[in-house]
Amino acid sequence: MSSERLDIRTSDDVVRVRQLTRTLALKAGLSLVDQTKVITAASELARNTLDYGGGGFVLAELIEGAGRHGVRLTFEDQGPGIQDVEVAMKDGFTSGKGMGLGLGGARRLSNEFFIHSKPGEGTKVTIARWK
Amino acid sequence: MAANVGTVAELVGNNEQTILPEWVGLQKKSGSLQTGRITEGELLSQSRDFLHLLRDGLAKGGNDAANPAYGPARQLLGDISRSRALQGFSPRETATFVFSLKQPLFNALNRNTTLSPTQAAELTWSTTLLLDELGIYTLEVFQKSREEVIVRQQREIAELSTPVVKLWDGILALPLIGTLDSQRTQVVMENLLQTIVDTEAEIAIIDITGVPTVDTLTAQHLLKTVAAARLMGADCIISGIRPQIAQTMVHLGVELNVVSKATLADALAVALERTGRAVTRLKNSVSGSGAHAKLSEKGQ
Ligand SMILES: Nc1ncnc2c1ncn2[C@@H]1O[C@H](COP(=O)(O)OP(=O)(O)OP(=O)(O)O)[C@@H](O)[C@H]1O
Ligand SMILES: [Mg+2]
Repeated sequence: MSSERLDIRTSDDVVRVRQLTRTLALKAGLSLVDQTKVITAASELARNTLDYGGGGFVLAELIEGAGRHGVRLTFEDQGPGIQDVEVAMKDGFTSGKGMGLGLGGARRLSNEFFIHSKPGEGTKVTIARWK
Repeated sequence: MAANVGTVAELVGNNEQTILPEWVGLQKKSGSLQTGRITEGELLSQSRDFLHLLRDGLAKGGNDAANPAYGPARQLLGDISRSRALQGFSPRETATFVFSLKQPLFNALNRNTTLSPTQAAELTWSTTLLLDELGIYTLEVFQKSREEVIVRQQREIAELSTPVVKLWDGILALPLIGTLDSQRTQVVMENLLQTIVDTEAEIAIIDITGVPTVDTLTAQHLLKTVAAARLMGADCIISGIRPQIAQTMVHLGVELNVVSKATLADALAVALERTGRAVTRLKNSVSGSGAHAKLSEKGQ
């Protein structure tokens, strides 16, 4: 299955992540609504990687299972990590000037959501959206 | 015969008749003409010109690609790279130009019976390094040209003024198109606020039909614009929220807390009503087409 890695260093890269996600979502045959959902989730996570993770990369994959296609995105950075993931996931929590809805929103917009973060080491968030 | 790079220069000069067709053949085989972006004639003349300049470079500059003797060869490679970057060639297609020359050159070296195997091996190695260097140069120019294109396009997009349109006395529309990155939003917002002041507008319709993704950052920008407009004395209506965007916003958890309408037309109807006007259909229209509408202004 096809996969692609994209560095996230600037806000232009966030636009690129959205475009890459759109391309994969189309390939996976996602409906317009599902495309929009996964693209929006990707946008949130890419911007977190950039703003809080100090930059990183995304691994975007077309996946297949039980006769279905889907898109899986893994965002990884080696930034400061998250002290308390449970708190960070809460709607409205932001350590910056955001709305604090990115992480929670990305989880609601995805079929699968994993987050792993260690203070001082970095953060890894994986989402998947199936057809 | 001494095995120096002068030998390679001579070899290239003397064997053009075999090297050139073999090289062009390899380029064609790797698909250089498939996309139809250049013709066979162009490819042939580019290849021949480069071969001549490479021979000159080898004769005067040895195998040091940084030697000024390679200036003309570099110049040509730069031109080819730049034009290919603009024509939409891939990096692979562009680099193939130089790298595919290796095989015909090495074949020519091997056919040269005056060279000992050691000499042939030495020359093959030094020529490899030279062509690698030139190939990398080609890619660098290619990459730089692509970046220049991107920067130029970004500048053009940023400059695409987002016009504030007057729909009626006191009613403005701001049709947003594309990505709302912070730089552009700033310009857009200032534009809108200035026009609100200039025209003493009461209502501003922000239409987002052309915005592909509304994430939390976009939503924040919209909310800030709405709040600032309110401070200037104008109410905002957001229109053009497509169904998939609306659903996504619900999952995301963002609420715009502002009047929103499906289409710009619906938003205009609300704006007219709020400013004391109504649009009614004319019953006895003269032309009989029945599509005439009359705008009546209350209290004026
Ligand atoms: N990759 C990361 N590295 C370090 N901290 C992170 C990372 N991603 C998120 N966080 C932390 O989690 C918090 C919540 O993230 P979330 O995306 O939900 O909200 P936000 O980015 O602050 O605002 P919004 O996404 O609504 O604009 C962030 O404020 C930040 O402190
Ligand atoms: Mg966020």
